[in-house]
Amino acid sequence: MFKLFEPNKIFKITSRAPKYVLFLFVIVLSIGLVEALILSPEDYKQSDAVRIMYVHVPAAWISLSIFSSMTLSSICGFIFSNKNFFLISKSLAPSGFVFNIIALVTGSIWGKPTWGTWWAWDARITSMLILALFYAMYLIVWRIYDEKEKVYKISTFITILGIINVPVIKYSVDWWNTLHQPASINILSKSTIHSSMLYPLLIMTAAFALFSLLIFLMKYNTELIKIKNKGLDRL
Amino acid sequence: MINELLFMNGYAVYVLSAFSFTLLSFLSLYLVTKIQFVREQNKFVTKFGSLSVEQANFAKSQRINKEILASATNN
Repeated sequence: MFKLFEPNKIFKITSRAPKYVLFLFVIVLSIGLVEALILSPEDYKQSDAVRIMYVHVPAAWISLSIFSSMTLSSICGFIFSNKNFFLISKSLAPSGFVFNIIALVTGSIWGKPTWGTWWAWDARITSMLILALFYAMYLIVWRIYDEKEKVYKISTFITILGIINVPVIKYSVDWWNTLHQPASINILSKSTIHSSMLYPLLIMTAAFALFSLLIFLMKYNTELIKIKNKGLDRL
Repeated sequence: MINELLFMNGYAVYVLSAFSFTLLSFLSLYLVTKIQFVREQNKFVTKFGSLSVEQANFAKSQRINKEILASATNN
């Protein structure tokens, strides 16, 4: 089954897709920005400061999803002995790291008007910071080691260790008394967020997901060309 | 409306700085990734140009190499 997804076969698609994804991203982001900054209502408690949610929450969601995908991909790389999975994982990491940083910085900016402080060693914030460290370690491992087998092993180990932190981030607001409010959006039960705020949030999430797809595709293509460059050296 | 957007009940400095940071991060990541991509693509084209006819024909037998060259000329 994986032969269908071999880099040689899918490069034709992955090399052409970025321009369409970029076009779609610009459209969805423009709609999302208008909704988030102009059309969505202010909060009765937080007033206009609530608009930071439209960048902070999607960034955190995407960053967690990307790390989970990286872990899954790295584990599949070992199970199926397929190097392409490691390449996918490596290509996902930069956008995941940037989204994690965005979540931390925008959360800090949001913290000042709502909590009166830029930073607190609260369970949710600290666990997100730990995730950023795992992302950083993962990216550093790919930079410092030349031996591929060693990189695959260490980077997978980092993702497996880091994935333990993902449920901690998700449930930190329920397990500990934190400054963060409990989740307003639940897949299994009724969400407590009003639709006038939910739709802009979902549109911004879609825009962020498209951006991460765009960066993933560009990075994946770069990695494939790097491999082919080494192949030309061997001719 | 522009006044409302610029003032935001006194929260504009926080809201706009959060959005600006996000968009600047997007732009930086996009540019860095694009530069890396173009650099590798150019390296590939240069290396391909220095191959002998025989080596080039062999390299061209791989579909992905033809695709990389095609995408490089499209850019």
